[in-house]
Amino acid sequence: MIMKDKQKEGISKKPLGIIYRWLGDRIFFTLAFALGLTIIVLSVSMAWVLSDESSLAFKEFGIGGFLTGTTWNPGVGLKFGALPFILGTMVTSVAALAIAFLPAIAIGIFIAEYAPKWIGSIIDNLIHLIAAIPSVVVGIWGIFAFAPWMRESVYIPVFNWTANNWPSLLPVLGNPMGYGIATATIILALMIIPFTTVLTRDAISKVPREQREAAWALGATRWEVIRMAVLPYARGGILAGVMLSFGRAIGETMAVAMLIGNKNTLPFTIIGPAATMPSVIINEFREAVGSLHVSSLMGIGLVLFVISLTVNLIAAYITRKLSATGGQLV
Amino acid sequence: MKNFSEHKTLWQRNLWDRFMVALLTFSTIMVMLPLLIIIGYVVVNGISALNWDLFTQELGSPARAMQGKSTGLIHTMLGTAVVDLLAIIIAAPVGLGAGIMLSEYPDHKLNPILRVINDTLNGMPAILKGLLAFALIVKPMGTFSGLSGGFALAFVMIPIIARSTESALMSIPWSIREAGLAIGLPRWRVVLSTVMPAARTGLVTGFLIAFARAAGEAAPLMFTSFGNNYLPNHWTGMILGPVDTLPQRLYSLAISPYKEWHELGWAAGIVLLGFVVTLFIIARMLTREKNYD
Repeated sequence: MIMKDKQKEGISKKPLGIIYRWLGDRIFFTLAFALGLTIIVLSVSMAWVLSDESSLAFKEFGIGGFLTGTTWNPGVGLKFGALPFILGTMVTSVAALAIAFLPAIAIGIFIAEYAPKWIGSIIDNLIHLIAAIPSVVVGIWGIFAFAPWMRESVYIPVFNWTANNWPSLLPVLGNPMGYGIATATIILALMIIPFTTVLTRDAISKVPREQREAAWALGATRWEVIRMAVLPYARGGILAGVMLSFGRAIGETMAVAMLIGNKNTLPFTIIGPAATMPSVIINEFREAVGSLHVSSLMGIGLVLFVISLTVNLIAAYITRKLSATGGQLV
Repeated sequence: MKNFSEHKTLWQRNLWDRFMVALLTFSTIMVMLPLLIIIGYVVVNGISALNWDLFTQELGSPARAMQGKSTGLIHTMLGTAVVDLLAIIIAAPVGLGAGIMLSEYPDHKLNPILRVINDTLNGMPAILKGLLAFALIVKPMGTFSGLSGGFALAFVMIPIIARSTESALMSIPWSIREAGLAIGLPRWRVVLSTVMPAARTGLVTGFLIAFARAAGEAAPLMFTSFGNNYLPNHWTGMILGPVDTLPQRLYSLAISPYKEWHELGWAAGIVLLGFVVTLFIIARMLTREKNYD
C-alpha cells in the first residue's frame, strides 16, 4: 500500500521534471560510486600506510635483511628481524589447517547429505553460532582451562617419558609450560573448523539435484553418490573455502596471542612458546617507544598484509566462477 | 565410472557406505563436543562471576580489587556502546552505498574490481585495520580515542555490510525495478522506494551480522581506543579520549597477574558472549523469516 502511494506521488511531481529525474539520478549514482570508491581507497591506503610507516625499518635492515633476520631485540641492540614471526605464523596456520581440514569437510558432508533435516539444521545453527564466538572469549577459556589442563595431563607426562627414554629429543620437544605452539595450533584449528564447515556446506548445497539423481540412477550407494557426483562438483568451492580459512588462521590474533607463550627468538619447539606476526604486534605495539621499533612492527604488519592479500586473491580467483556470496558467512 | 568396473560386490559397497556414515557421524560428534565444552565452560564460569557491582562500579587500579573493594565494568560497557555505535554510524552509509553500487549498476566498469577488493578487505586480519586507524586517526589526533576505535571497527564492518547489502538487493527480482521504471519513476526512486523496502529484512540482517562481528573484535581496539580503567569526567571523553571496550578489557584482565581480575575477566567474557550471540540469533531468525516469505 505504502509503495503504491509513493509511486503516485512520484508521478504527480512531474513539474519538477528535470531536477527530479536527471539531477536526482546523477546525485544518486555519484554518491553510490563515491562510497564504492571509498572501499578501494581504504584498501589502497592500508597498503600505503603500512609501507610508508615501515620504510624506516626496511631502510635500516634492507628488505632481505628484515625478512630473514632472526634477532628481535627492542631492548638493547635495536636489531629487528621478522623471520621468527613469519615462521611462527606459517607453522601454526598450516598445522591448524591440517588438523581442521578433514573434520570440517566431514561435518559439511554430514550436514548436507546424511543428517536428517532437523539434526542438520540444529548442527548448522550451532556451527554458525560457534563461528560467531569472539576470539578473546575462546582465548580466556584457553588461558585458564585448556592450557593448564594440557600441561598437567599431556605435556608433563610426555616430557617425563621423553626425558627417560629419548633425552636427545628434549630440545625439539621444548618446555612443557602449557603455553606454546601446540596449544595455540589446537585452539586455532578449533576456531577455523566452523568457518571451513560453513563454506564446505555452501559449496555442497550448490551441487544441482540432477547431478545426484544421475548417480542414483546408475545404482550408486549413498557414499558413491557423494564421492562420484557431489564432491567433484563442489571441489572448487571447498578449495576456496579452505583458502579463506587459511587466511583466517593467519590473521587470527587474540586467542593465539593469549596462548602461544610469546617467545621472540628462534629456535621454536613443538610444545614450547613461540610468537606469530599478529601476536607480536598486539604485545609490543602499545608499549613501543622507539621509532625503529614502531616501524619494524609496521613492517611485520606489511608482511602480514602481503601474505593475506596473496591468500585472499587466490581464494577469490577460485571462487569467482563458483560462488555468489564470496565466501561470507550467512 | 571407474568405480563400477572394479570387482566389488554389492555387499562390500554397502558395507563401505555404512562405514562412511559411521565415520562422518563420529567425526561430527567428536568436533562438536569440544566446541560445546568451550561454550559451556565460559557460560558456567561467567555466570558465577556475575554480580550487581559489575554493572554499577568502575574498575579502578589493581589495588582496589586486591583490597576487596567493589569493582565493576560499567565504564567498559558504556565505552563499548559508544565505540560500537560510532562504528556502525561510520560504516553504514559506506557499506550501503557500495552495496547499491554493486547491485544496481551491475554493468559498471568499477564493479568487478570493487567486488574483489571488498572481499579481500573482508579477509584482511582485523589487526591491520587497527594499524590503519592508528595511522589515519590516532597519529594526527595525537591521542588514543573512542573515535579512532570507532573507525577501526567501521573498517571491519564496511566490507561485510557492502557484501550483504549487495546480496540482499540482488535477491529482489529485476522485474520489480522494471515495473518501477515503467510507471515513470526515476532510477533513484526505484531503488529507494521499491527495491530497498522489499529487501529490508536482508539489509537489517547484514547490519546485525557486521555489528556482531565487529563487537567481538579486540585486535583493532588495542591501539586505537586503547583502554581506560575509569569513567571519563565528561561524556566527550568517551569519544575524544582513551576509552574501555569489552573485548580489549577482557584481554587485559585475562593476562593480568591478579586473581580478582581473572574473575572479572570471566564476567566480561559472559557479557560479551551474551551480547554477540544475542545479536547473532536475532540475525539468524530474521534470515529464516526471509526464506519462508
